[in-house]
Amino acid sequence: MSAPVLMLLQVASRQVEATGTGVFLISTLVKMLVVFTIYMVGVAMLTLAERKISAWIQDRHGPNRVGPHGLLQPAADGLKNIMKEETYPDAAYKPLFIIAPAMAFIPALTAWAVIPFASPLPTRWGLIPMVVADLPIGFLFILALTSLGVYGIVLAGWASNNKYSLLGGLRSSAQMVSYEIAMGLSTIPVLLLAGNVTLSVIIDQQAHGLYNILNLTIAFFIFMVAAFAETNRLPFDLPEAESELIAGYHTEYSAMKFSFFFIAEYANMVTASALMATMFFGGWDIPISGWENAAPYTALKTVATALMFAVKVMFFIFVFMWIRWTLPRFRYDQLMSLGWKFMLPLALGYIVVIASVMLGLDASGIEYGPLYGLALFGVNLALVMILFVMVDHGRIISPSYGRLDPRELEKLRGKRQRSALARRPDAKPAAGPTKPAATAGVTR
Amino acid sequence: MAINVKVVNRPTGDVSYVRSALKGMALTFKHMVDPHKVTIQYPEEKHSLSARWRGTHRMLTTEDGKAKCVACGLCPTVCPSNCIKLVPGEDENGNRYPLIFEIDEFRCIFCGYCQEVCPEEAIHLGRHYENAEYSREGFVYDLERLTAQTHPVTELWDPEDPKGQ
Repeated sequence: MSAPVLMLLQVASRQVEATGTGVFLISTLVKMLVVFTIYMVGVAMLTLAERKISAWIQDRHGPNRVGPHGLLQPAADGLKNIMKEETYPDAAYKPLFIIAPAMAFIPALTAWAVIPFASPLPTRWGLIPMVVADLPIGFLFILALTSLGVYGIVLAGWASNNKYSLLGGLRSSAQMVSYEIAMGLSTIPVLLLAGNVTLSVIIDQQAHGLYNILNLTIAFFIFMVAAFAETNRLPFDLPEAESELIAGYHTEYSAMKFSFFFIAEYANMVTASALMATMFFGGWDIPISGWENAAPYTALKTVATALMFAVKVMFFIFVFMWIRWTLPRFRYDQLMSLGWKFMLPLALGYIVVIASVMLGLDASGIEYGPLYGLALFGVNLALVMILFVMVDHGRIISPSYGRLDPRELEKLRGKRQRSALARRPDAKPAAGPTKPAATAGVTR
Repeated sequence: MAINVKVVNRPTGDVSYVRSALKGMALTFKHMVDPHKVTIQYPEEKHSLSARWRGTHRMLTTEDGKAKCVACGLCPTVCPSNCIKLVPGEDENGNRYPLIFEIDEFRCIFCGYCQEVCPEEAIHLGRHYENAEYSREGFVYDLERLTAQTHPVTELWDPEDPKGQ
């Protein structure tokens, strides 16, 4: 290191938060590089993991020819995509067509800036927090960025000037806008509990009590479903819907630009998994043991917590893939009614319930801690039982068909009959075989 | 409800998305951890072929290494796809032998009539299927190539069940 750079680095006590612009700049740069590298390699490996898991679920072996156990498959895929021809449809609007893949990818990557991934690292310049940017508005930043992700997809669909692409883009905009609301509302209880929107504070709050999965089970479910919808993964992959729209918004894309959408999908998945781990599973906190977030921080603790965080993130990524290879796609109206008629009211109602319970607990003088968490957990357990066992008999969750109110049905039948009666005088005599009575109706 | 979507009024009591989804996930997980996979790792591992598999032809030879064929002309006559070319020759002892014996594996429909009709049990179909070539000409097997084949020959009937019952 050259002398001027060294001058900027002030040597400080190891356990005190590092200060000074030089330390900040250099540590941030290093963290950015490390996070970016690990993230990109991870995303590449995820394409392999997806194929492996899908293969195993379908009783196959999956890719195993390139390198040991197919580990070099992502490299081979990447090489292939770089070598392939980039095609531009004649009718496409080139500037947006080119910029759309990047717009799909950048928000997912940027959101990682605020996610803490390990306990602070002690160095000779002081404690370095293991997060690229510990923004005080951490969570709001993520909400803002993830909603930008839809632009890449919509613009790709529009700029391709292809009907399938446009339909995919439209679907994705409707879907992502609908589920964004439920997603945002589902995180309100988390913020209420933490009393802060900084992600490191949310982790700290969970480390000193129960994890939010126990505190706020329903919020987690809503967030998870919304995260699936936001990342366009099955059962919410309507924007690409192979069987209906060829490839949806990226029908016209080829080579590395297509690859970028692919990377963006996985990047979004990693980010969503990291958010679920951070907000509901304690982030980098190691469960039960209070060892890792106590004062004398060591490099070992940093490594252990980073590994813990990786395990949690990978678990959610696995769940993403597991669900993708299990559940079929929703129909469009099911998607909309699940988002607006079920998730949104549920999220709103849940905020009210949690706020009331918190108010009650605060009023009865219970400090935040395990007991507080247990009380919340009891409430959640009751709610889960009500929602998923008692009420869930095709009434709330099941969107696999639309139910018709009997009265509605009678009205429709009446209308049909009336119209049949009205038509009768106009009908020409012997205009063909008489139609069977119009009772078949919608319930056929 | 979308327009023209067929609506089925099912009983609501026994329908649940969450529970059936969980059931499905349990099933897929079971398959994922199941070490038994159905894929055959092809070039290393191959399907076992039936004894009656009819594939690439093979000409059997006598002990002195000559083809058993006596150029009687039955196989080109019986061949429904006309893929056997036979030009008979005769040596000084009056024994007939094929001057040219070619089978176009590309035309062949692998019916097995040639093997069935052969009085000398010379021409056989074989338990073999890997005959890819870069040109159509490559599929025309001459006598030398037919005698050089080493794969097991086809049984026209299952030896344990000769009447095909």
